[in-house]
Order: sequence, then C-alpha cells, then structure tokens
Amino acid sequence: MDFDLIARSLPQLLSGAGLTLQLVGLSLVIGLALALLVALGRLSTLKPVAALTGAYVFLFRSTPLLVQIFLIYYGLGQFAAVRESFLWPLLREPYWCAVIALALNTAAYTGEIIRGGIRSVPFGQVEAARALGMGGALLYRRIILPQAFRQALPAYGNEVIQMVQATSLASTITLMELTGVARAIASRTFQPVEVFVIAGAIYLALNFVVTQAVRLGERRLGREAAR
Amino acid sequence: MKTVFAAALALAATLALSACGKDEGKQANQPTAPAADNGVPNPLRVATEGAYPPYNMLDSGGNLVGFEVDMMKEVCRRIQVECRITAQAWDGMIPALQAGRFDAIVAGMSITEERKQAVSFTQGYASTPAYLVSAKSNPLQAEQYGLEKVNLDEVDATEQAAIDKVRAQLKGKTVGVQTATIHANFADKYLADVVDLRRYDTQENLVLDLQTGRVEVGLADAVAWEPFLDRPEGQQYGFFGPGFDGGLFGAGMGVAIAKGQDKLLDALNGAIASMKQDGTLKTMAEQWFGFDTSLK
Amino acid sequence: MLDLLRFGSQGWGDEMAWGAAMTVAVAVLAYAIGLVLGSLTAAAKLAGNAPVRALAGTYTTVVRGVPALLVIWLLFFGGSGLVTWVAAAFGYGGRVELSAFAVGVVAVGIVSGAYAAEVIRGAVQAVPRGQVEAAKALGMHTGLRLRRVIVPQALRYALPGLGNVWQMTLKDTSLVSVVTLAELMRQAFIASGSTRQPFVFYLTAALVYMALTTASEAGFRLLERRAERGVRRAVG
Repeated sequence: MDFDLIARSLPQLLSGAGLTLQLVGLSLVIGLALALLVALGRLSTLKPVAALTGAYVFLFRSTPLLVQIFLIYYGLGQFAAVRESFLWPLLREPYWCAVIALALNTAAYTGEIIRGGIRSVPFGQVEAARALGMGGALLYRRIILPQAFRQALPAYGNEVIQMVQATSLASTITLMELTGVARAIASRTFQPVEVFVIAGAIYLALNFVVTQAVRLGERRLGREAAR
Repeated sequence: MKTVFAAALALAATLALSACGKDEGKQANQPTAPAADNGVPNPLRVATEGAYPPYNMLDSGGNLVGFEVDMMKEVCRRIQVECRITAQAWDGMIPALQAGRFDAIVAGMSITEERKQAVSFTQGYASTPAYLVSAKSNPLQAEQYGLEKVNLDEVDATEQAAIDKVRAQLKGKTVGVQTATIHANFADKYLADVVDLRRYDTQENLVLDLQTGRVEVGLADAVAWEPFLDRPEGQQYGFFGPGFDGGLFGAGMGVAIAKGQDKLLDALNGAIASMKQDGTLKTMAEQWFGFDTSLK
Repeated sequence: MLDLLRFGSQGWGDEMAWGAAMTVAVAVLAYAIGLVLGSLTAAAKLAGNAPVRALAGTYTTVVRGVPALLVIWLLFFGGSGLVTWVAAAFGYGGRVELSAFAVGVVAVGIVSGAYAAEVIRGAVQAVPRGQVEAAKALGMHTGLRLRRVIVPQALRYALPGLGNVWQMTLKDTSLVSVVTLAELMRQAFIASGSTRQPFVFYLTAALVYMALTTASEAGFRLLERRAERGVRRAVG
C-alpha cells in the first residue's frame, strides 16, 4: 500500500464523504415524509389515490436508480418547457437532481416498508382505540404509527444503508461526493485500486455508524414498548 | 426448472459470444496472439473513447468512426498488424492501459509531463488549442481579451493580462470541462478558485448541459467544439476569449502505450512519421476537421 | 422522435435491443454465480469452523457495505492482477485477462451472492429444529438430511427473498455500463450523447427494465405457488 497516496488523498476523500452524508440526510428526510404519504395512499380506500401511489411505487422500484437519475438530470433538461418552468432553479442544479432522484427512489421502498408496518398493527387495537373515542389523526398518531414504525425499523435500517451506497451514483452527474472524488483522484494518480479501497473503507465506516444508530433506535423503541 | 436454466445459460453464452462481433461490445482483451517477430502485439488492442467527435465517436450502427479511427487503421496497416479498436471510459484509460487491458490509447490524449510519468507517448499527430465557448447572447462574448492566443510555455505580461481578464470575467460563473483532461487541469490551475467547476464524463454530456444552461461556459479542444457549433442548435454558441496552448496543454496529441514497449513505440513512431511525410495525415485531417492540424 | 429507435443503420433500435439482451445475459450469469456463492457462504456461516465463519461474515459485511459501483471498478482495474496472482500461485505463469463482460458478471455476481447468502441462511434456520432431530433419530446421514428435509423446505422459505435478490441483480447490471460493457444502459448513454435526445433513450431503457422486472416477478410468483402446493395455511 502506498501510504503517501493515502495521506494525500484522505482529506479530499473525507470532504467527499461530507457531501455523501449531506445527500443521504437530505434525501432520507424528504423521502421519509413522502413515504408516509405513499403508505397512507396505498392503504387508502379511495381507488384513484391507491392506484396512483401504487403506480408510483411500481415505477421507482422496477427501474434502476441510475436510469432514474439520468432521466431526471439529462432527460428533463432537454425540454424547453421544463427549462422555463418554476422547477428549473432546482432541476438545473446537479445537487438537487440527485436529492430528488434519491428521495423519490427511497420513498417508494420506504413507503412499502411503512405500509407493511401499519398492516402489522392488530385490528383489535384500532377497535379498542375507537371504543375510547379516538379517531382519525389521533388514532394514527397515538396507536398505529408508533407501532408501525417500531415494526418497520429493522427494514428501514437496511434501506438507510442502501441509501448511503446509492449516493455513489450522484458521481455520474458531476457531483463530487465520495465516489466522485475517488474517481477523480484515481484518474489523476493512475492508482485506482488503492484509491477505491480507501473509499470503500470509508463507506464501511459510514455504514457502521448507521447500523449502530439503528440498533440504538431499536433498543429505545423496544424499551418504550416494554413499559 | 433445470431446462429453463440451461436454456438461459446457453442463451447468455451465445449473446456473450455474438456480441463480440459488434465494435462496441467487442472485448478488448481476448487472448492475445503471440507477438510477431518485430515485438509488436498482434492483434493490437487499441482503446479510444467513442464520445469525442470528430476524433472518435460511435455512429448509429454502433461502429467507431472519426479521424483517429481512420488514422489508427492506417497505422496498423503500415505496421502490418490487425487493429482491434474498442470504446472505453475516458477517465479510466491510463490505469486500464497499465493493467494490461489493451496495448495502446488513441483518444485525443495530449502529451503532458504528468501522463509521461505513467505511460510512453509516440510523436504528436495533431495539435489544436483549447477554447472557451458560451452562448452568443452572453455578455462574455462582447468583451475584449486583448489576445488571439495565449501560449503557456512562457507567459509574458500581455498574456498574463489576458489570463487575468478571463479570470475576472468568469468569476462566479459555472464552467464545464471533461474530467481528467488537460482542460480540467487548466481550469484547476487558473480558474478553480473563482468559478463553479463541473466535471463531465464525456464531452457530449458537457455539450448537453451547455445547451440546457446548467453550465454557462465550456472549455475544450477547438476541434472537439466544431461538431456542436456546426449543428443548427449550436449556431447560438460561439468561441470567446483567447485560445490556449503550450505549457500544461502539452505537446499535441500522441498515441499512448505502456512503458518499456520500445519495439511497439518505434513501430508506431515510424508509421506516424511516414504518414506525415506522404501527406496521408494531412488528407485525413482535412477530411475530418476541414483544416490541417498535424504537427510538422 | 420514434425514428430514433428504428432498427438498422439509421436508428438505435437494434443497438438498444442488443443492449437489452446483454443486460439479461449479465444478470442471469451473475445471478447463477450469486446463488452458488450465496449457498456456500450460508453453509460456511451455519456449519463452518471459526475462521471460515469469519471469512464468510467479512464477505457479506464488506460487500453489502460498499457501493456496487466501487466493487465493479475495483474488479475492472484490479481484477486481472488478482486473477494473475492467483493463477501464479497455482503455477500458471502467463497473464490472465478479464474482459469487461467477465468483470461485469463477476462483480455483480459477488454483490448478488452477499445478499443471497443472508436469504439462504435465514431460510435454512427457519426449518424447525425438531425436524432435523427427527431425521437424525431415523438414522438419516447428513447428505440425506439435507436433500430430503432441509433443502426442500428452505427453498420454499427462500423463494420470495431470492426473488428480491434477482430483481436487485437485474437492476445492478446497469452499473456495469461504467466499464463500457455494451448493455442496455450503456447503449442508451451512447445514443443520447450522439443524438442529443437523452429523454427518449433513458425512457426507453426504463421501460425495458420495467418489462424485465415485471416479467420476472410473474415468473417468481409462479415458482412460489408451485413450491407451496400441498402446504396448508392458517389463512387464505
């Protein structure tokens, strides 16, 4: 191993990892909010709502993320109508194109995870809550969602780790996150194997942190449930 | 289940083999036949990019065409080896050459000191300056930059003034370059601290984003801009500021091969020299570029 | 716009079709590698000694924690060196080369295997212990126990998970485009660069992937139904 190369490239790689974390964080927050709507939409008794959200989930889960990113970045940018619309200030930035693609993608997967969680709540609890006069938003907030989230957390942890890796695709639309930086250093130093190994190690470290956080969350939720 | 799986495997194998018949899918590294007596590998596995018109590009039949493709075919004819030219990703070419994935790179690659640390170059076969491009409606186009051309070998006072003027004008703007190119090196050194620099994997994608307005200015090889500027949609775009060459732009474009392949280097140099001498290279340049770019 | 997708030398239809075929080829072979690697890794995790278990654990942790894109690049640049080194260890002196196709298949296969391993391990563990003990008591030896008791049931439990791994593998093949293997995504990339019509080609690619995933999902559902024939369930 070339320790000099590691020493020289590590600061740049770490700053790339910073952008990676930003992308992960932002798209997870937006994605989670969307996912909640998707899950509720999928469970809705209104046929058009259920069908529409179902189609959305199908679209994003049945195509590779790379295609989605390119379609949003290069594909949409091709149309004058898009370039003149109010969305262009967002879509003209590769950063926001990546966030949008990642958020829409994770919302489709997370929506299904949450839907599974909601469906796992025993109906007796809903009946009991209704009997106590609880309904609508309160029923969801107090009874259904807390249990659904607890049920969904392990699967969601996996989804978060998938997202950390998925951000690597942002490098294909000029963003210099961890993989983008690694690629640039590799093409400058002509030592791709070393650079990609270091980048891989940083990804593993990021994932370790995420896994620990999810485990902590599980334990906390588990304790609350036991009370 | 078993038969389905066997059939799928057979199908996959057939595809893998038949796809080799196509230029783009052709594997660059089928077992190489033993080198001929002259020390030149035969067939010669040549990498190009296929996304850098008019030097090299893919037509809608999936075939590699362009100035460098024609040139390399002629070089191979003269050194009597079979040429196997394939398209490769630009920014991984030198590492892949070092890893032995192919024998030579012919991809508009400029001969620079940095690259010479890693690979050997033949003599140059073409040289064109770098130019900035923006929309013609952009105020940048109306400015006066004082010079037609800046040679970075020895920068004098007027040349430095032109560089400073370019820097001042581009301040705060988004500028696109192709990643891992001499143009990216130039931007890193002279512009990176004042502009928002975007690196594209191919020149074609840089052009796409110039058209959407995501980047305001692009920096690339003068000849590589031509196919775009000649198109109807390229009419609203034009060069501005001085052209740049010399210095970190290197000494023209050469064929890159792995270090220590002296016999191959001699053979390639001989063929290129003879093509310069009998005017073949000039004819090809005029055919693809409209003017002679060859180095004397 | 549609004549961009015409077949023949004028349009990109035939290139896209070849790309789709290449995508299927890479996915099928990578999945086959993934199933073999996954089974071996699951076996190592369940029945291996400590070093073997550690090795299997490292494989699944590392590969599932690193972007597939990096795995592909690492193999592309470092793969030939690695294979040559291994070959030399076995006494073969020559240089071994990996084509872009081989790199794609092996890289996606390695990723696929790491996920398949977890699915298979979970499925084997889902077979009730009592049944294994009963089989032992009947005097069945290890091979017979595997064949008659564990594998048939584990396969049924594993099918939905393996279906997901297949879908993931199929979509991961799009990443192989970065090493310029002429699969579907790469062809769309070339065509859109050349024609300046990215929307048409990426949309076409998306539709083809959609058709492939939908068709294979239907296939897996059929298999699941077949595997569940004769199983009594509490509901439905």
